[in-house]
Amino acid sequence: MAQRHRREPEIPLAKEALDAKGESLTALVNEVFSEGHDVEVGAAVDEVTLTVQPTSLPDICRLLRDDPRFDFDYLRCLSVVDYEDRMEVNYHLFSLDKRHKLVVKANVSPDDPVVPSLIDVWRGANWYERESHDLFGVSFTGHPNLVPLLLYEGFEGFPGRKNFPFHDYDEW
Amino acid sequence: MAVKTEPVTINLGPQHPSTHGVFRLRVKFDGEVVLDVEPVFGYLHRGTEKLAESRTYVQIVTLTDRLDYTASMSNNLSYVLAVEKLAGIEAPERAQYIRVICAELARISSHLMATGFLLNDLGAFATPLMYCFRERERILDLFEMLCGARITVSYMRPGGVLQDPPDDFWPALTRINDDLPQYFDELESLITGNEIVLARTRDVGTISAEHAINASISGPILRATGVQWDVRRADPYEIYDRLDFDIPIGAVGDTFDRYLVRIQEMRESVKIIRQCIEQTPDGPYRADAPWFIRAPEGDAYAAVEGPKGELGFYMVSDGDISPYRCKIRAPSFINLTALTDMLVGWKMGDLITIFGSLDVVLGEVDR
Repeated sequence: MAQRHRREPEIPLAKEALDAKGESLTALVNEVFSEGHDVEVGAAVDEVTLTVQPTSLPDICRLLRDDPRFDFDYLRCLSVVDYEDRMEVNYHLFSLDKRHKLVVKANVSPDDPVVPSLIDVWRGANWYERESHDLFGVSFTGHPNLVPLLLYEGFEGFPGRKNFPFHDYDEW
Repeated sequence: MAVKTEPVTINLGPQHPSTHGVFRLRVKFDGEVVLDVEPVFGYLHRGTEKLAESRTYVQIVTLTDRLDYTASMSNNLSYVLAVEKLAGIEAPERAQYIRVICAELARISSHLMATGFLLNDLGAFATPLMYCFRERERILDLFEMLCGARITVSYMRPGGVLQDPPDDFWPALTRINDDLPQYFDELESLITGNEIVLARTRDVGTISAEHAINASISGPILRATGVQWDVRRADPYEIYDRLDFDIPIGAVGDTFDRYLVRIQEMRESVKIIRQCIEQTPDGPYRADAPWFIRAPEGDAYAAVEGPKGELGFYMVSDGDISPYRCKIRAPSFINLTALTDMLVGWKMGDLITIFGSLDVVLGEVDR
């Protein structure tokens, strides 16, 4: 009997849809980070992404903030995503004057997630980083006060992660 | 003989009428002057982001209602925009207009509450608050006409809205929209020129523009410092680029400016709603999106200008019927970071006022 294979559904990728500002920003990012930087430029739907090494984050972010061509003075959002093989820290940046947006991504290992803190660059990163440490266990080196923010003191584990056991959790 | 003094640490809250929810401030006082403030929260943490990972895209709409429960329509809008961006769904024009109307009504109702509670915190107990609630009540009646619920509306869906507004909604909306400016005039005649209000709020809790931008503050607090930043203009969504409205800004970024910016924003919202009523086309109210949306693999961030500030959703999908990750950028949460800097050096009574002027909602802070 011929063995029947179940066909895995094909999962499409989200379509890129950069606008004119996004296109020019991509060109600019490619130009500035063309040599000597270990970065990768891409796009996530309508935003330009810049994947960098975690250790070079503070330098690159300071450059992005201070370079008048970029002028990213506003940190919109900081999020951590727990993928199966890596943890991704996303920084959504926005320029109030130029009105363009960029996502800086840094990949860290889930066993030892360490990222330099960006408090010196944008002080708005303070509570985002505390929250990420709280829920995902990402340590931000250089952060002055990484105490629990949303969870209570003494909570064990990192409930944001995919491997956090929810179903064998006893009610008390 | 020198009097021996030492700083005293006091807990304000978690159960305290001025904390607008379950929230604790650990304050170090020197006499009556604030030396240091440490906000403590998380009492309402329900793990919304984690819950979203095990629900379908349509089910998550109900979770978003419970974030900022004074303006659930704005939360709905931000969420559905993120899903639409990721899944490539485009809402029909009629739905976009209806959603903008709802979001602006939510802004008015939220700002009314903020103003009422600010007055409450100033010591004008209940009377001004009830004036604000009278108008808010009529807006909630409109929401009830749309979907049967007043607070937890869940009215929006990825690709449109739940149902077309009933026929008697439009005349009711026009009537309320025409009445609102008179309400605002009445409110302003009570508050804006009031000597006690001015004395208690002018130059109190000032924050500079550079500081606010660097600390990711958004919404009326940022605009009160004189920065003309509004997501509706800076990163337009829906049909806001077709509408004519101003972005009110403040001069010095004190408590009074924050109040004034809110009042002016409500007037702008009335203008927006009036244009929307005229322009709303006929047609379908919901795109032909499947019930179980399978968003393609990828990630997308969408933000709206909520009443409290930039309200964003960052969605990651792996192709399943529920998102892989759903990060909520809650404006109240980030606006709170400025609290310590604003409060140090002020007195106990000002602490309550400054905190009230930030207009935080704890459902959103704790998520």
